[in-house]
Amino acid sequence: MFELLGVAPQALFAQLVVGLSSGAFYALLSLGLAVIFGMLNVINFAHGAQYMMGAFFSWMLLTYAGLPFWAALVLVPILVGAIGFAIEKLLLSRLYQVDQLYGLLLTFGLALIIEGLFRHQYGVSGLPYSNPLPGYLPLGFMNLPWYRAFAIGFSLTICFATWFAIEKTKLGSYLRAATEKPELVQAFGINVPRMLSLTYAFGVGLAGLAGVLAAPIYSVTPLMGSSLIIVVFAVVVIGGMGSILGSILTGFGLGLLEGLTKVFYPPASNTVVFVVMVMVLLVRPQGLFGTSK
Amino acid sequence: MRSRGLIVSLMSIGLAATSAHAADTSEGIKIGVLTDLSGTYSDLSGAGSVWSAKQAVADYLKDHAGAKIEVVQADHQNKPDIAANTARQWFDTDGVDVIVDLVTSSTALAVVNIAKEKNKVALVSGAGSSDLTGKSCTANSIHWTYDTYALATGTGSAVVKTGGDSWFFLTADYAFGQALERDTSAVVIKNGGKVLGTARHPFPSQDFSSYLLQAQSSKAKVIGLANAGADTTNAIKQASEFGIVQGGQSLAGLLVFLSDVHALGLKTAQGLLFTESWYWDTSDANRAFAKAFATANGGKYPTMVHAGVYSSVIHYLKAVEALKSDTDGAAVVAKMKELPTDDVLFGKGTVRADGRKLHDMYLFEAKKPEESKGPYDYYKVRATIPAADAFRPLAGGGCPLVADK
Repeated sequence: MFELLGVAPQALFAQLVVGLSSGAFYALLSLGLAVIFGMLNVINFAHGAQYMMGAFFSWMLLTYAGLPFWAALVLVPILVGAIGFAIEKLLLSRLYQVDQLYGLLLTFGLALIIEGLFRHQYGVSGLPYSNPLPGYLPLGFMNLPWYRAFAIGFSLTICFATWFAIEKTKLGSYLRAATEKPELVQAFGINVPRMLSLTYAFGVGLAGLAGVLAAPIYSVTPLMGSSLIIVVFAVVVIGGMGSILGSILTGFGLGLLEGLTKVFYPPASNTVVFVVMVMVLLVRPQGLFGTSK
Repeated sequence: MRSRGLIVSLMSIGLAATSAHAADTSEGIKIGVLTDLSGTYSDLSGAGSVWSAKQAVADYLKDHAGAKIEVVQADHQNKPDIAANTARQWFDTDGVDVIVDLVTSSTALAVVNIAKEKNKVALVSGAGSSDLTGKSCTANSIHWTYDTYALATGTGSAVVKTGGDSWFFLTADYAFGQALERDTSAVVIKNGGKVLGTARHPFPSQDFSSYLLQAQSSKAKVIGLANAGADTTNAIKQASEFGIVQGGQSLAGLLVFLSDVHALGLKTAQGLLFTESWYWDTSDANRAFAKAFATANGGKYPTMVHAGVYSSVIHYLKAVEALKSDTDGAAVVAKMKELPTDDVLFGKGTVRADGRKLHDMYLFEAKKPEESKGPYDYYKVRATIPAADAFRPLAGGGCPLVADK
């Protein structure tokens, strides 16, 4: 069957592994977006810029402070999350009473400003960041770079930990209650505004984390986020806006699909995700895992 | 007052309509830098190209005080439609006489046609497709800095001669990448090598692992990167991840700029072979230019595209001076072909009948980290390719201007 398609099975397996690794990034990024949308009803267009900040911050930690990748993996999400916290406190929290569109416009504007500042300072060509896990595992059908294997595993762990925390723990249930009936939850003595700030910070921190993971394999450039964010939005729409599990599964699934398209018909690899999005919207407008409200 | 202003403007429109062709350079020369100011090529061209054009004007004015020369700029975002619209507006209503830089081949190919249609001038420094002096050549355009044929000849033949006789291409799927792949394939085959396959990726792309795996399984000795800018640096970065070089395959960067080597870092880039027409650390004049450039551009050093913009503007101004007019674009270009070129950066050279600017090309190798002595000290010269060998023979391109003769 494989030969009929003109591709050897080994090559196909290799492409699936590679697809899984881009899926790991899609999943992490769309998860952050889904958390922010699901809990706060904010369409966070600054997500790509926050991902880019993650990559730049790890470069800065390495260059100016000599801190290696592993330190950045812990510190940078906290840093980027703290910036997210400030953005929510100072700006976003004022917009909860008005239409979602205002939040979208605000975050879109922020994204342009952040990208512009980094572009002004560092140019677009990118900055060098070495691979912290050089070498690869020869699998026969491909050489699996240790770092890619790590990125896939790490992303999966974070994704399912997040899903578990929000869907299965007491903290998660407070959070979900706080978004649905804020007055009632507040009456029980829970600080709802703080909770919302922390949720936004967490979603943004996930974007920063994806940025740290991306730095060793993709060029660290101010434009790295804007080229990815549109695909990630499509992932969230396909998975179902605000569905945590949906964004994770769709992220990995579309990574695989894109990987396969690169083998069979590369010119379509940039658009295949959007073709799927159109089809899903036509058949199931609430997304694959979404619930219609 | 207001009606008087209106009358004056109406009169000037009438005058412009009747006497546009009678004008000389008295209203001044307007140079438009049409480039990528925000996207993936904005470091190798972009604001640096604008600075270089202005610097060329400033240097020219040192000996020609009082000449009225203006430089304007626009971002074409690497999109041919935007480039074409801007070029039309500049030529039709803004009084621009010459458009320079034109990075990205698809935009350059669009603009040279408009320059021909409006009888203005296009001086291509940033773009690479050798079609600009081949089937798409015009009497109104000159291709200045480099082209895909010269890159292919320089890097391709050097690599084949050292044993790299089977190739796999990773190609950016648009005019430039396709031209580079075609020209390099021809050089490889001519030198006795063979091409085993090609993977064409959308421009721009971020993840190349899928294509790199195809290249790896092709068992080709050399993987030719027929792309540019961030695409090239991403591909090189990811190739090291998959152990492509450790596996015995080598990478040939078919178009590598100083900004790319800077982005990769010498640790990743060391040993990479590539062809360029200009490097800052080759003469005192070049070093002085680079120093001034770096001061004005946040510490970045100039690429060959920036130097090419400088050189092309200087030569354009000399031709207009000799002709005493800038209104007839074809006449200015003819004058530019007639006069030998001579500027501080590229030295002496000529412009050929098909619009090809001729100068030596260089095969460079990226230094090892320990060989680098200072900022942007990245290249060592492996070979100088004389102008006569570097570029495609005049008869070989299929340029209609040449065939007519």
